[in-house]
Amino acid sequence: MIEKDLVIIGGGSAGMASALEAHNQGIKSILILEKNPYLGGILNQCIHNGFGLHEFNEELTGPEFMTRFSDLIEKNKIEYRLLSNVLSISEDKVVTYSNSYEGLVEIKAKAIILATGCYERSPGAIQIPGTRPSGVYTAGQAQLYLNCYGYLVGKRVFILGSGDIGLIMARRMTLEGAKVLGVAELMPYSAGLNRNIVQCLKDFDIPLYLSHTVKEVKGKEQLSKVVIAKVDEKFNFIPGTEIEFDADTLLLSVGLIPNCDLISKLDISFSKTRGANVTQDMETDVPGIFSAGNVLHVHDLVDYVVSEAKEAGRGAAKYLNGKLTHKGHVYSLKPGYGIGYVVPQRIFIEDAGEQIILKFRVTRPFKDINIFIKENDNLIKKIFKPAIIPSEMEIVKLDKSLFKSLDNTIDVYVEEKK
Amino acid sequence: MIDVLIIGAGITGSLIARKLSSYNLNVHVLDKENDVGNVTSMANSAIVHSGYDPVPGTKKAKFNVLGNSMYPKLCEELDVHFKMIGSLTVALYEEQLKLLENLAERSKENGVKVKLLSADEVRKLEPNISSEVKGALLAPTAGIVNPFTLTVHAMENAVDNGVCLHLNEEVIKIVKNGNFYNVVTKSNSYQAKVVINAAGVHSDQIHAMVEPIDYQITARKGEYFVLDHYKEGLVNHVIFPLPSEKGKGILVSPTTSGNYIVGPSSEINDDREDVSTDKLTLDEVKRQALDMVPSIPFNQAIRTFSGNRPTPSTHDFIIDFAKCDKHFINVSGIESPGLVSSPAIAEYVVNELVSQVLTLTKKESFNPYVRKRIDLAKLSYKERNELIKKDPNFGYVVCNCEKVTLGEILDELSRSVPPRSVKALKKRTRAGFGKCQGGFCQPLVIKALAKHFDIPCSEVPLDGPGSEICKFVTKGGNDK
Amino acid sequence: MKELICITCPRGCHLKVDDNMNVTGNFCPRGAKYAVNELTHPVRTLTSTIKTNSELNPRCPVKSKEPLPKELIFKAMDEINKVVVKLPINIGDIVIKNVCGSGVDIVATKKIDK
Repeated sequence: MIEKDLVIIGGGSAGMASALEAHNQGIKSILILEKNPYLGGILNQCIHNGFGLHEFNEELTGPEFMTRFSDLIEKNKIEYRLLSNVLSISEDKVVTYSNSYEGLVEIKAKAIILATGCYERSPGAIQIPGTRPSGVYTAGQAQLYLNCYGYLVGKRVFILGSGDIGLIMARRMTLEGAKVLGVAELMPYSAGLNRNIVQCLKDFDIPLYLSHTVKEVKGKEQLSKVVIAKVDEKFNFIPGTEIEFDADTLLLSVGLIPNCDLISKLDISFSKTRGANVTQDMETDVPGIFSAGNVLHVHDLVDYVVSEAKEAGRGAAKYLNGKLTHKGHVYSLKPGYGIGYVVPQRIFIEDAGEQIILKFRVTRPFKDINIFIKENDNLIKKIFKPAIIPSEMEIVKLDKSLFKSLDNTIDVYVEEKK
Repeated sequence: MIDVLIIGAGITGSLIARKLSSYNLNVHVLDKENDVGNVTSMANSAIVHSGYDPVPGTKKAKFNVLGNSMYPKLCEELDVHFKMIGSLTVALYEEQLKLLENLAERSKENGVKVKLLSADEVRKLEPNISSEVKGALLAPTAGIVNPFTLTVHAMENAVDNGVCLHLNEEVIKIVKNGNFYNVVTKSNSYQAKVVINAAGVHSDQIHAMVEPIDYQITARKGEYFVLDHYKEGLVNHVIFPLPSEKGKGILVSPTTSGNYIVGPSSEINDDREDVSTDKLTLDEVKRQALDMVPSIPFNQAIRTFSGNRPTPSTHDFIIDFAKCDKHFINVSGIESPGLVSSPAIAEYVVNELVSQVLTLTKKESFNPYVRKRIDLAKLSYKERNELIKKDPNFGYVVCNCEKVTLGEILDELSRSVPPRSVKALKKRTRAGFGKCQGGFCQPLVIKALAKHFDIPCSEVPLDGPGSEICKFVTKGGNDK
Repeated sequence: MKELICITCPRGCHLKVDDNMNVTGNFCPRGAKYAVNELTHPVRTLTSTIKTNSELNPRCPVKSKEPLPKELIFKAMDEINKVVVKLPINIGDIVIKNVCGSGVDIVATKKIDK
């Protein structure tokens, strides 16, 4: 059986960034496995700009951003296989993949980084009411058809969900000649970035219906009508608020879910994000198996995916060099009031580097709040936020010296001003 | 001149066609859909019922029990996934225990082996069952089957043995013309000596084209959830509540693909073509299912669907000659337990009814086996590598969720009832059946279909004509 | 006083601009520049695709090298829709020079070999 120090599953931004970081840390026996015929993952279809402001200090499109990394992969001669689909990972880190040119291959890895990204919540998953005609797509699916294959899936479009991909697609389809009739969002606030509301909806006079959702989809072979209605605080439809649109297309931008299929049968615990629970080094419950990027939790910016993937790359290098002892004081992180989740879920303080990075999201929009990060009475950090929304991920970098090993739990919570 | 023309390529029509293909007859099949098994046979619970439930003495009871016994051989010949996992009908209240005993009695009358279990015995078999469970009726011969490949392979086997299949042919008129029937569709007409009406939810309408009828078919809609195949052992048997007047109730069951299915509801549907779902009904399905199995992870739902059962006003299957003529045979009102009954119905229709009007001589060349599908999961590491060496397409995984290779897709396209739509291909290969519902692989599937049929991608439908996906090419481009 | 949401970066600062074009609420200087521009001469970076001569990769992503005046966006799309590029193509290759007389080039944003 072939052996590798590090096998990285997924050649998107997380996979490439973690590979490069591990390589920089001295790990030379690396293999990236990518299912598509190209590196770069989903960024290949994200042709809009807005990527790279943190990583490169300039604004790039998706393909440009990912090329910065794939060029480095080539330059550093990091090994990768395209069109190679990983079928399974075993507890003892045997990775089995399949492609048309090598067949079925088993590799014994010393460490694995899972960088398989996420998938879109489908029409079936949200139990969209009505018929199941042609014309209902996830926003990313329509994006793939449009940007990579040159097909416009419809000309009169309604969009459910104000996630960023949906907003981006509202603009893209408008530019390509479709009429976007509106965007409905179940919540009383948008799920997407503010700038996308401005430049994708307002620029084109596309109405945004907050606290609305799709009540019925009509049409037999082909979608003919979308009916939306307003919902109350408990998300029940308010009678009489229905609006009917003559639409041939309904795009869904209703959330992304980490794709953890490959590790779902291993002895690994999962968090609310539906990604694996990890340590400060992005290590899962199985020593030597790491996870980073959208497979861990869905990020708002690819720049943050990259920085997290680098942490995983460093973590894997530490593991391979015997530097992850899992000894000493362990914290578990508890999301408290107003906090949806915190990554990582555990911190081995002795293994941690000088800086400990916490990532979290709030459960709803807040104004003028303090976020507390505390272990027992020790206030590790208090952060004031004039405004904060769930669609933006918060990143806090903390000095290791702030942690006093007083308690086993670190609480992260919101305190609203009275 | 056609000897036998079958209207409807659902499971019943397909198995009748297959049975007829073992005789020297000219057999044709019409279906209004773009694929076989595209209505009721596609959207059901996929359960091979044991037969404890139908009223003793009815056709339902007779064909259910007989059909059940035919499944192991049928599924072997047709290369269809079938597992006899047994069913548990559970009592959640003390007063239901009496009803379980009644069911056990009925089972005995129907000739079905069952066993009454105590609450503890149930819990041992099904650790996730409600703690409220008071007892259950175990029917070991109940099973689960892949209803998609069952219908496809039944028809494929019929076609391999000489049957002609015509899809997208909706019958609009039937005229008796001397000693044959002229069956008129929107675009063609067919002359046949014998017509078999296996038109499912429309079978009363087809029947009424030849004579006045004194019954009707009502579409009874059932709505379902499909959960991802995330974990084994949520339930190990088909779990039923106690049956009621509305049917067998909402079941929870594994599928042959490792998913879980929850449903169906039961509502009278005025529009026989309507297969919409609605939130209130699905919420009720959810509630009732959770009563039996409280830990069903509905956040793992990947799809909801609904199907219409052809419920006859006679409360029993209608399998007989038309009153006016023995050359018109009705196989109507085949609601649940239709799937399990279908092989027995097919035998009966051919041996007992068709035989009265046509001379049946065995076809020497009849082969009851379909060409085996390549089941990659069943191959060893070495066998799989040898296969990929021979045909590299078996190494290229197209559908990431369900791990379907291009080789499997091309194999399906090369068979005698090939998929003509994205949905037909999904039913056969599971490409697009998983958690992303085709979000990633659909363009590749469309390309494969377009290439095979030598049509532009813009003409590949999701399901029937008019459901094309790549409708518009941007930038005035030509579509290749 | 006008209120705007900065679209320069994904941060999306809430900006306030008074009658004398004084900007507040911006996290970085680009926000102030954006606010003044947006009120006097709004511009947008246009991203789209362009037709190629390849069957394997029928579209190549492109962008306007600099932001275009907002009112030219649809006119620029008309120009983009007329062009077919030959592969191979590299990031930064100019596919339309000086689109609609704006002085801005449309450039490829992806390297595609065939």
